[in-house]
Amino acid sequence: MAVITYREALNQALREEMARDDRVFLMGEEVAVYQGAYKVSKGLLQEFGEMRVVDTPITELGFAGVGVGAAMVGLRPIIEFMTWNFSLLALDQVVNAAAKMLYMTNGQFPMPMVFRGPNGSALQLAAQHSQAWESWLAHIPGLKVVVPGTPYDAKGLLKAAIRDDNPVCFLEGEMLYNTKGEVPDEEYVIPLGKADLKREGDHCSLITHGKMVLVALQAAEQLAKEGIQCDVVDLRTVRPMDVDAIVASVKKTNRAVVVEEGWEICGVGAQVVDYVQRNCFDYLDAPVLRVHQADTPMPYAKAIEKAAKPDVPKTIAAVKKVLYIDD
Amino acid sequence: MATKVMMEALSPTMEEGRLAKWLKNEGDTVANGDVLAEVETDKAIMELVARGDGVLRKRLIGEDTTAPVGDLIGIIAGADEDISAMLAGAGGGDAGASEAKSNAKGEAKDAASDDAASAAAKPSSEGAAKPSEAEASSEAPANKADAPAAASATSAPSEKPAQSDADGRVLASPLARRMASEQGVSLSNVQGSGPGGRVVRRDIEAAASQAASAPASSAKAAASSSSTSANAGASAPAAAQAKPQGKPPAIPLAPSMQIDGDARDVPLTQMRKTIARRLSESIGPVPTFYLTAEFDTTTVASLRTQMASAGDAFKVSVNDIIMKATAVALAKHPECNAHWLGDSIRYHARVHLGMAVATDDGLIVPVIRDADTKGLGQIGREARELAGRARERKLKPEEYTGSTFSVSNLGMFGIDQFTAIINPPEVGILAIGSSETKPVWEDGAFVPKQRMRVTMSCDHRVIDGAVGARFLQTLKHLIENPFLMLY
Repeated sequence: MAVITYREALNQALREEMARDDRVFLMGEEVAVYQGAYKVSKGLLQEFGEMRVVDTPITELGFAGVGVGAAMVGLRPIIEFMTWNFSLLALDQVVNAAAKMLYMTNGQFPMPMVFRGPNGSALQLAAQHSQAWESWLAHIPGLKVVVPGTPYDAKGLLKAAIRDDNPVCFLEGEMLYNTKGEVPDEEYVIPLGKADLKREGDHCSLITHGKMVLVALQAAEQLAKEGIQCDVVDLRTVRPMDVDAIVASVKKTNRAVVVEEGWEICGVGAQVVDYVQRNCFDYLDAPVLRVHQADTPMPYAKAIEKAAKPDVPKTIAAVKKVLYIDD
Repeated sequence: MATKVMMEALSPTMEEGRLAKWLKNEGDTVANGDVLAEVETDKAIMELVARGDGVLRKRLIGEDTTAPVGDLIGIIAGADEDISAMLAGAGGGDAGASEAKSNAKGEAKDAASDDAASAAAKPSSEGAAKPSEAEASSEAPANKADAPAAASATSAPSEKPAQSDADGRVLASPLARRMASEQGVSLSNVQGSGPGGRVVRRDIEAAASQAASAPASSAKAAASSSSTSANAGASAPAAAQAKPQGKPPAIPLAPSMQIDGDARDVPLTQMRKTIARRLSESIGPVPTFYLTAEFDTTTVASLRTQMASAGDAFKVSVNDIIMKATAVALAKHPECNAHWLGDSIRYHARVHLGMAVATDDGLIVPVIRDADTKGLGQIGREARELAGRARERKLKPEEYTGSTFSVSNLGMFGIDQFTAIINPPEVGILAIGSSETKPVWEDGAFVPKQRMRVTMSCDHRVIDGAVGARFLQTLKHLIENPFLMLY
C-alpha cells in the first residue's frame, strides 16, 4: 500500500471520479491554472481541460449558485472554497438553494454536488480565517457533512461524496494536507454516515472527527503508557452521524470525551452528548466531557492561539476526569 | 476578615429555617452577638446572631424564605472588603469531604477497639480488610488509576454511608445505580469515591467483591440478630404475665453496667452494627418494636386519694406518678436510657424525661431534668409549668432538648392503648393509655381493679426485646407498689 499525503489522496479521488463520470467538474478560485491554492487540483486542468476545471472570479455566492444551477440540469459539480471561511458569502446557495432544492421541488431536482475546501484553523491566521464550520452546516436538514481526518478516509469519502445525489459539504483540514497515511492502490469508496473505530480500548471513548482525530490518537497513545486504554471513534461524517458506533463504544467503556475543533455552544459535541445520554444513560459512570476551542474568536498571538485550541493535554485531562483520576 | 452568616441549627431537629424577619439592613454595622434576624424553626421563632464584627454587606435570602441549615444566607465583612469570592462560593462542597474523612477515622478506631468485642465480630473485620487489598490490585487502569481505587477500597465501603446531597439523595452514576440494582448492593451502604462522594463503578465493584468474600460472617451476624428478635417475641409476653401482685416481688436488678460521670459512650460491636443495619433496612431509619403490658393502678388511685386528702398541695396527677416511676425505672435500667449516635450508643446516668405535650401548632416534648431525683410535687409543678409555656410557644431550646427518654400520655382522651413514635436520638418512648376499672380474677373471684395499658416503643438497634421487657417489668412493679419509689 502506498503512503501518500492527504492532499494527494484528495487529488486522486478527484481524478478518479472525473475520469469515471464526465458529468463531474471542478469549479472555484485558483483551481485550474494555479493548480489550487493548496494544490489539491494539481494536474487536473492538464488532464481534463478548462471545460471541467474552471477558474472563477472571487465571487463565492456567484459560483456556488452556478454550481447549484449546473446540478439542476444534470451535472455533478464540485465547488471548491479556498477555505470554508469564505463560504459564508455563499451560504445562501448552500443552505437555501442546495439543501432545500430536492424538498421544495417535490423531488424534481436532485442536488448531486459537493462543496469542499479547507476548514478550521491553521497557524496564526487570526479570528476570521481560523474557524471550524461543521456544526453550522450539520444543523441544516438536506446537507451531508463529511470531515475526514486521514488520507485513506479523505479519498474514500470524497469519492462517495461525489457519487452521492445530495449536496455534500466536504470539510478538509488545512493542517492535514501534508499528513501522510497508507492508501490502497486499488479503488475503494467509504460509505457516508459510517464512523471508524481508529483505536480500541475499554476505559474511555474518545469521540471525534476531522483534524482532532490525530489529537485524540496522540492522547490515547500517551494515556496507554499510563495503562488507560481508549476507544477512538472517528465519526468521519458528522451528518448523518453514526449513532450506533457511538452507542456501542460508550456502552463498552461507560465513559466518553468528545473532542472537536470548533466552539462549545451548540457544537457537534453537544449532539454527540445528546445521543449518548439518550441511548447510554444506564451505562454512564461519569458525565460526558467535551474538549473544544475556547469560547472566543481565535486569538492571533501564537501563545494565546495555542491556549485557545483543543489539544492533547486538554484531552488527556478530560479522560482522566471521567475516569475519576486527578480530579 | 469576612464572616459568613449561615442558617444555623437553632433547634436540635431543625433542618431548615424560615427567615421571618431581618433585623439588620445591608450596610448596617454589626458586632459579634448582635441579633441579625428572626428565624422560625420547626419549634419556635429564634434569634440568629452575628458571629463576627463588621458591616452586614449582603443578605442572600429574603424574608419569608426558607433555607436549609448550613446555607450561606448573608455576609459580614469590612466596608470595603472584597466578598466576591465568598459570594461565588455560596454552596460549599468541602463539608462532604471532611465528613468522609472523619468517618474514615472513626472506622479505623472501631476496628482497633474490636478486640474487646465478642469473638463473632472478628471474622467480619478481618474479612473486610482482605478484599480491600485484593481490590486495589485488580482495579483496571494501572498506575495512578489505582490510587483512588485503593483509597476507596481500604475505607471498607460496606460499613460507611454513601455521600448524599442536601436532599438526602445518594449521589451515584447511572451505571453504578444499574450495577447496584443488578448485584443487590445497597447504594446507601457504599462509600462513593467520585467527586462529591459520587458512587461510581469501581465503588460497586469493590463493595460487591467484599460482600462476596465475607458472606459467612454476615450470615452469622444476621442469624444472631434474628435469634435476638425471636427472643424479643418470647420474652415480652413472659414479662407481661409476670406474677400477680401479692408479696412484693424482688425488683429485677439492673445489669452490671457501670457509668462513670454523666454518660458513657460505647463503640458499636460488629454484631450490634449488623443488627442495626439489617433491622434499619427492614423497617426504616429507626427499627422499632413494641411491648405492651397492663398495669394495675388501683394502688396509684388510692394513693392519689390519700394525698389529696392531705391538702391541695399534695394533689398529684396519675401522669406525675407515671413520670416519677418511669424515671426511677430508667435509673435502674440505663440500657434503656440511651441515645443512638450512629456509630456508638450513649448510655446516660442522668434521667432527663421528655413529656409529649400537644399544642395548637403540634407536638413538642419539654424535658424534666433529673426526674428520678425529684419528688412527685416538683415533677407535677414542672410538668404543668412546661406544658403551659409549650402551648404558648415560649419554650427555650434547652427546655425541649436533651431528654434521654420520653413519655406520651393519651389516657385523658380515653385511649386504651397506642404506640408512640420514638424521638431520636432517644431509643424508647412510653405510650400511656387510660386507667379503667376492669374485672380481674383474683383469689377465686372477679374483683374490680383499676388497669392501665402501657406500650413501650423500643429502638431495636439498642434495646433488644428482653431488655425492654425487663424495664417494663420494673416499671410495673413501681406503679403497682408505689412505696418502692421511696426506697
